Amino acid sequence: MPVATAMLEDQDSAASRMAAPSRFGDKAFEWLTLGMALAVILLVFLIGWQLARGSTLAIQKFGFHFLTTSTWDPVAEQFGALPFIYGTVVSSLIALLIAVPLSIGTAVYLTELAPLWIRQPIVSLVEMLAAIPSVILGLWGIFVMIPWLRDYLFPLLKKLFGWTPFFTGPIYGTSMLAGGMIIAVMILPIITSVSREILRSVPKLQREAAYALGATRWEVTRIAVLSYARKGLFGAGILGLGRALGETMAVTMVIGNTPQIAVSLFKPGYTLASVIANEFTEATSDIYLQALFEIGLVLFGVTIVVNLLAQLLLKTMTTKTATRAVQ
Amino acid sequence: MINLIMAAPDPIVLETDDRTPESALDSDEVRLTFEVHNLSIWYGDKRAIDSVTLNVPSNAVTSIIGPSGCGKSTFLRSLNRMHELVPGTRVDGSVLLLGENLYAPDVDPAIVRRRVGMVFQKSNPFPTMTIGENVTIGLKLNGVRDRKFLNERLEKSLRMAALWDEVKDDLHKAGTSLSGGQQQRLCIARALAVEPEVILMDEPCSALDPIATAKIEELIHELKKNYTIVIVTHNMQQAGRVSDYTAFFYLGRLIEFGPTSKIFSNPSDKQTEDYITGRFG
Repeated sequence: MPVATAMLEDQDSAASRMAAPSRFGDKAFEWLTLGMALAVILLVFLIGWQLARGSTLAIQKFGFHFLTTSTWDPVAEQFGALPFIYGTVVSSLIALLIAVPLSIGTAVYLTELAPLWIRQPIVSLVEMLAAIPSVILGLWGIFVMIPWLRDYLFPLLKKLFGWTPFFTGPIYGTSMLAGGMIIAVMILPIITSVSREILRSVPKLQREAAYALGATRWEVTRIAVLSYARKGLFGAGILGLGRALGETMAVTMVIGNTPQIAVSLFKPGYTLASVIANEFTEATSDIYLQALFEIGLVLFGVTIVVNLLAQLLLKTMTTKTATRAVQ
Repeated sequence: MINLIMAAPDPIVLETDDRTPESALDSDEVRLTFEVHNLSIWYGDKRAIDSVTLNVPSNAVTSIIGPSGCGKSTFLRSLNRMHELVPGTRVDGSVLLLGENLYAPDVDPAIVRRRVGMVFQKSNPFPTMTIGENVTIGLKLNGVRDRKFLNERLEKSLRMAALWDEVKDDLHKAGTSLSGGQQQRLCIARALAVEPEVILMDEPCSALDPIATAKIEELIHELKKNYTIVIVTHNMQQAGRVSDYTAFFYLGRLIEFGPTSKIFSNPSDKQTEDYITGRFG
């Protein structure tokens, strides 16, 4: 007699008492999670659609010129978003330039070098930075950072790099550079903690491989840790960039809110998010309100485009290394 | 025991197969690569190695066996100070490499590891590097820039690791594109490229299939002509096949050490016999 039948006939066996496996749970689980995933995508489309719907008039009236002109005159009802796009992109890039090296440096210290007892306190402090409300950081920016920048850092930069077009002109304090710096403070925690997780996930065997060749700690970090993790670290930067583009309150308080395109980083600027926050309550005419809606749509678009570009860059970066020649 | 090592090292002087293994350890003829004296190692409060004294002969394969947690891996790593990567370790006693104490205060562990190479349980080529770069990275870390020399060492190391014929046309491909067994031989080539005096192997075949294992074992047999090899293995048959000497560790102590043929056929200690015959472990 085959074993299976023998077991089924035995009234006391566990197999005879078990119910046939039900597939209902599996199916329900699958549909439920699928629904959740779709809901997220749906939400993104709905936001985009609402923004587009809210700005139909403005889109019809200004067309493509909205993106390419620099006049922002609510009285004459002339609206161009270029200075805001410029301000958002430039302030975010400044923020990344400052925050990425600082964050990765912190993460490397925390995972590779720091004595064990000091790691957790530093991690907690960095996370506390993320808990500071944006408006408080903005206040700190106005009353502490700006005066310091105006009296010390900016004059120094002007002295050292005044020969480049980026650090010329009068120093007010409130400026594109100040905006970028405050965003840097805001995105530091997220980039640091994501980078730290990524560095921690580098296999121990990779580090050991480098140590066994007689590598010093810096060499181990370079050849075994950072190069192994570089894709993930790039991703951490992108996450920070996503935050930077939409950052509103603190930037608004220190960037100067002047819709202009200036090469010098000492000059005030304006960002897409800031103009919405500042002018939403004043937008009395339909076309003004619609123009602000379209600014929102542009911010939405800029965020998506920047993310796509970053992913494209990541893809070319990883395929290039695989085909690189020996030595 | 007379220390012949102080003379200029010339690794191929000794024909390992010509002497009788039984007398080898007591003979004045045997050159020693490591002289471990009264070595104890602590991880925090836990003592992983307890007063081990052991001499590792040159140009021979010494295998370290014992049940899990007996300290054999820690002992292997103490031979190139890799165990220090775990925070909170403490060492007592001495390890002489060709007469020099590895634990002397002025010794840089990075220099020790250049002289004592290591191969790990799982192959670990650097995934962002090509096959060629994986082999030459150790030399580059040590400041070698001469391309001709690098290429020579690349070919020589891959030949010694019995991998050259399989990869010579694919040197620009990623190291991780190779099969598991090839990757492990690539890691051996990487260790050989910096011309170490010793190669430590920490269960080098535990993740490989029998054919890849056979290739590595054959390679070990070839390599001992030029190198001293210390290998940790869980596989008793492997210890019997590849090694000239065997050390049996249990609970952090060295229970028995001698020629492999004697340990496996006529062990002096009851615990060794029980472990080898499969009664525990």
